[in-house]
Amino acid sequence: MTPPAKVSVKDVSMRFATDGAAIEVLSSVSLDVADGEFVCILGPSGCGKSTLLNIVGGFLKASTGSVLIDGQGVAGPDPRRIFVFQERGVFPWLTVNGNVGFGLFALGEKERTERIAHYVKLVGLEGFENAYPQELSGGMKQRLEVARALAVNPDVLFLDEPFGALDSITRLVMRSELLRIRRAEKKTILFVTHDIDESVQLADRVVVMSTRPATIRRIVDIDMSHPRDLSAPRYIELRDLLLGEIGLAHQV
Amino acid sequence: MPTRSDVERVLLPLGTAALVVALWALAVRLSHTTVFPSPLRVLAGLQELAGRGVLWRYVGDSLRRVAAGYFLALVLGIPAGLALGWHRSLASAFNPVIQMARPISPLAWMPLAILWFGVSEAAPGFLIFLGAFFPIVVAAMNGVRSVPSMYLQAGRNFGLSTPRLLARVVFPAALPQILVGLRIALGIAWIVVVAAEMIAVDSGLGYLIIDSRNAGKRYDLVVAGMLLIGVIGLVLDTLARRLERLRTVRWGFQGEAA
Repeated sequence: MTPPAKVSVKDVSMRFATDGAAIEVLSSVSLDVADGEFVCILGPSGCGKSTLLNIVGGFLKASTGSVLIDGQGVAGPDPRRIFVFQERGVFPWLTVNGNVGFGLFALGEKERTERIAHYVKLVGLEGFENAYPQELSGGMKQRLEVARALAVNPDVLFLDEPFGALDSITRLVMRSELLRIRRAEKKTILFVTHDIDESVQLADRVVVMSTRPATIRRIVDIDMSHPRDLSAPRYIELRDLLLGEIGLAHQV
Repeated sequence: MPTRSDVERVLLPLGTAALVVALWALAVRLSHTTVFPSPLRVLAGLQELAGRGVLWRYVGDSLRRVAAGYFLALVLGIPAGLALGWHRSLASAFNPVIQMARPISPLAWMPLAILWFGVSEAAPGFLIFLGAFFPIVVAAMNGVRSVPSMYLQAGRNFGLSTPRLLARVVFPAALPQILVGLRIALGIAWIVVVAAEMIAVDSGLGYLIIDSRNAGKRYDLVVAGMLLIGVIGLVLDTLARRLERLRTVRWGFQGEAA
């Protein structure tokens, strides 16, 4: 028997009204994510995968269908489930410590300080505690945003193309950092990306979305253990499978 | 050995100012004017004012009036602007009134100010308040409106109530724009006080100018008053710009030349 799903998306559709015409962005999407699972939602830009993530995160209300987390309907955003944007989401008026401690207003001074120090260390920002975001590189800002999210000890992380604005080398480093952090802090992760390699490198399962209105074309299990060998035949096989599923030719 | 930036920051402006003064002196000498004062006569006029004990009193009176009107504009304008920026319906309701009142020069209110407050301290204070209030309100309103939705979403995600969200996300995110509004408003307040003092009161730098002209056509004192106004305005603007370098707002001023 399978354990109950942590996140359960049931027959979710989304329509936006623009200039009088209704545009369907999501069409009857159903998806179960297990506790502790890392799921990538893969699709072309503008396909509606971010909309799906915003619905699961409680920032948008689905036109029809429902989202359950721990068996409870999602009514709105909740500190138990934190949304991570591209690195632009950090608060520029706060220092590194101020950002990491942002969500810890309910804690006492001592515990707050300890938590901040722990997560600053976990993401590798020691020595930058009093720096402001504009003094940090893109990759460091992204680490900061992840630390701010982890500090409130959420069960679920939603990451919306978090590494999209980084250069390709920093992006590779950040992927292995994310996997390292995930080993330390077991979280359920929903990760939206349009990068096929990224999804094969990170996910337990890849959900391939079609173009608008987005539906789930296929769910692919990435049956490889970490660390993953990026030149292994199985890696290339899975990547090609996803390439084909997205509808791209194998040659450039 | 002065560096390039020393030259650009200090020597260049000082040199230009000296050139302007030299041209002024030359023009007075060549034209043989007996009405327009030379720089030296203006300097003597300043000394005379200091000797009579009115120089610092007038400067103090003008600054005090600006401080009072500006402080009131700040205290009322920032909350009003935040509220207008946050509540769309409030903005829709008030925006036409604000946009209509804004282009009316505060000086146009002078007759009403004297009608309501008489020839008193309150009349110039009211005009300064009017001049400073609208730029502050509009800056705070636009500042709130241009807060990236991502910041609001993040704030909500961490469970902030609306008052907390306003205090911890909206206000700091809008602060750079608010500071720009405060600086513009301070410049306007300093312009308005001089004009208001020409009519409504009998002290201050504006009064100095109009009184020096009316009582004996002392143009050396008129120009001395003008120079004082310019120098103090420069100092006020420099102080206001200092605020923009604070670490919590500096992010909002990047890419701007100092």
